[in-house]
Amino acid sequence: MDNWLLILGMLAITFSIRYSLFAFPNLRFPPLARQGLHFVPTAVLTAIVVPGMLLPDGQYWALRLDNAYLLAGLAAIAIAALSRHLLATIGGGLLVFFLLRWALGQLPL
Amino acid sequence: MTRSHEFTQGARDMLPMLLGAMPFGIIFGSLAGAAGLSPWQTIGMSLLVFAGSAQFIAISLLGAGTGLAVLLLTTLVVNLRHALYSASLQPFVRHLPKRWRVPLAFWLTDEAYAVVLHRYTDADAAPHKHWYFLGAALAMYLNWQLCTLVGVLFGQSVPNLAAWGLDFAMLATFIGIVVPMLRNCPQVAAALVAGAVALACHALPYKLGLLAAAFSGIVVGVLLERRSAEVVVEELA
Repeated sequence: MDNWLLILGMLAITFSIRYSLFAFPNLRFPPLARQGLHFVPTAVLTAIVVPGMLLPDGQYWALRLDNAYLLAGLAAIAIAALSRHLLATIGGGLLVFFLLRWALGQLPL
Repeated sequence: MTRSHEFTQGARDMLPMLLGAMPFGIIFGSLAGAAGLSPWQTIGMSLLVFAGSAQFIAISLLGAGTGLAVLLLTTLVVNLRHALYSASLQPFVRHLPKRWRVPLAFWLTDEAYAVVLHRYTDADAAPHKHWYFLGAALAMYLNWQLCTLVGVLFGQSVPNLAAWGLDFAMLATFIGIVVPMLRNCPQVAAALVAGAVALACHALPYKLGLLAAAFSGIVVGVLLERRSAEVVVEELA
């Protein structure tokens, strides 16, 4: 198969999806759709984060105390809830994550 | 904020995302050859398609000898979630001319969506937020190209980046964006349902679990919001 054909096909499909609604600047969503859109960030991002914490390898459950993704994720949620500050959440979350990975001997040092 | 200020701020706010995507770009660049892509095709795919998950799934299917039609159909399914991002951001970019909307759509990734939406929902009425979008999108794009190139050129000799767990930076950013949004019962319910469905459906291929989770969360959120609106109307009556 011609790989370039594949690449151009993937370009066409991916771009069409991403451009789908940007293509219609005059379109105004009906109230129900607008209401639904309010939940897009919450629903999509949570659907990425939760499996990222509980199944860090994408396959196996890691409901364990040596799972830094889970513990640091919970810490980040706590920081975000208390501070409502994005940078504090990222910084604090990463700090807890790498400290845990280091303490658990999970870093390739 | 001025245009250039928005632009650099957008690029800067993407830093954790760049860190998180870095190992994946390098791994993609180093694995694509084994699936049958030439170095130019590998770089071409990152330049033209610019969709991490779809690129990874494409090379794994390609390596297994999958045909073109199935590969393209898979790309469609894997990237379907971007239609939600397109719809979600449309009200913020609709005033822009086509020469802005086309490139911004091309550069719309999960990471850029999260960070850019966060900026658009800031209460200020800054007129140049699309420059923030551009800065964030370009940072992600350049990072992806550089990492692909590093993977192609140095391949296996790059130390084991995946073992560092840099992808946690993306999770921490998403958490920092979502948690403050959970201000009322429908939003909390949408998050709980989306998380639960994502876990229940994690074994589905091609990000179908993510799609099912997103739709479940949205539907539950809307239903609860409608119900609480009805309760308010009844109390007033």
